[in-house]
Amino acid sequence: MPSTEEIRSSLAEIVNEVAGVDVDDVQLDKSFVDDLEVDSLSMVEVVVAAEEKFGVTIPDDEVKNLKTVGDAVAYIERAAA
Amino acid sequence: MSRTRVVVTGLGTTSPLGGDVVSTWEGMLAGRSGVRALTEEWAAELAVKIAGRVAVEPTEVLERVKARRLDRTSQFAMVAAMEAWADAGLDGAVGEGGLDGERVGVALASGIGGVTTLLENYDVLKEKGPRRVSPLAVPMLMPNAPAANVSLHLGAKAGAFTPVSACASGNEGIALALDQIRLGRADVMVAGGTEAAVHPLPMAAFANMMALSKNPGDPTTVSRPWDTGRDGFVLGEGAGVLVLESLEHAQARGARIYAELLGAGITSDAHDIAQPDPAGRGGSRAIRRALADADIDASAIAHVNAHATSTPQGDIAEGLMLHATLGAHVSDVVVTSTKSMTGHLLGGAGALEAIATVLALHHRVSPPTINLDEQDPQVELDIAIKPRDLPVGDIAALNNSFGFGGANVAVVFGSV
Repeated sequence: MPSTEEIRSSLAEIVNEVAGVDVDDVQLDKSFVDDLEVDSLSMVEVVVAAEEKFGVTIPDDEVKNLKTVGDAVAYIERAAA
Repeated sequence: MSRTRVVVTGLGTTSPLGGDVVSTWEGMLAGRSGVRALTEEWAAELAVKIAGRVAVEPTEVLERVKARRLDRTSQFAMVAAMEAWADAGLDGAVGEGGLDGERVGVALASGIGGVTTLLENYDVLKEKGPRRVSPLAVPMLMPNAPAANVSLHLGAKAGAFTPVSACASGNEGIALALDQIRLGRADVMVAGGTEAAVHPLPMAAFANMMALSKNPGDPTTVSRPWDTGRDGFVLGEGAGVLVLESLEHAQARGARIYAELLGAGITSDAHDIAQPDPAGRGGSRAIRRALADADIDASAIAHVNAHATSTPQGDIAEGLMLHATLGAHVSDVVVTSTKSMTGHLLGGAGALEAIATVLALHHRVSPPTINLDEQDPQVELDIAIKPRDLPVGDIAALNNSFGFGGANVAVVFGSV
């Protein structure tokens, strides 16, 4: 089981790849939409890449609840547990 | 009321000869070939293993995140359109106090569309399942994506048109843009074509229909229009974009004018879905329409950038067309096929060749046709095998494009 920081760091790489956001900006308290300007289609790409990376499933209904990077990291931690 | 005159004020390309207009034009005048052996693993199994890849990968020019949201056709279109827009002196011009975006349109097509995105996502679907298919696949692969992306980038709001007519698409974009300006629907049109079909599926399909050359020799010698040794075309990729605007608009802003777009003619063969009419009647009618639209006599034509793709039948048919339309004057016309150097860019061909035609008028020199070692005796044309000077004074030049489906588009430019 990877640590919270390891998940955040991997997620940051995905967000960088998909949306060009600096990896250092992808911190737990940041909002995908408001702070990182990740649009809805990019968010779907991030989710799909995260599912592949962490071997989890994130249903479409859940995606709207993942407002911040911390929400996503927590979800992945729970799903992978 | 006199008709609106339309001029060319900007040029842009990314081609097998170079990542911009200057390097592409230099390559043409130097008689360089952009055709290479394909090194991808998939090429090994194909009957044809050569193509004219772009000289500069668009990902070296475009911002990474932007590039990954664009199919290769749109990447080429963006590179060419940004160059043409800057070349016209219009960079950042749309907006408050500047150019009205509602008076700027786009007419830009490809022959095949976003085939790379479509097929790559189909591979993902088969290998990893539907969940892994990109949510961006549709806006990337749709045929109007290149025009739409250019319109989005430039703020062009007078319509983003996608005239699709296979290998005549690029020229049709120019013809359509001319009409839009003449009809008063736009002052400025960004027109041309793009293609990115160097992928095993289209290459296998073109090879299986015997359209591509299977010549196993030096790749740079395989595209050989009008030569007795020709046996099919070589696939190329890239884009060409021209900024067209009304003469009045260009003069008002003191723009540099390369040439005048005098007229265009479009016809359809209604003969066969893939074979051209062997007598070239549909093409001849397009050329006659273009000359009539340009309101010039055939004797004004000094130069032709031919469609001539290096196929056995098509090259002969085009010779017949030029004889039928230009008459005895044809012997005074310097003819070339720049496809001998670039390969055939399909939907991008007409636009790249329009750029070559415009520059030929601007610099008064025809680029050469390379690999013409022994001219087919059935083709009686004066073909430039070295760069050839064009006459001084008022001259005009013809750019031909013909496509599957029996599409024929001829465009006439005049010197300024």
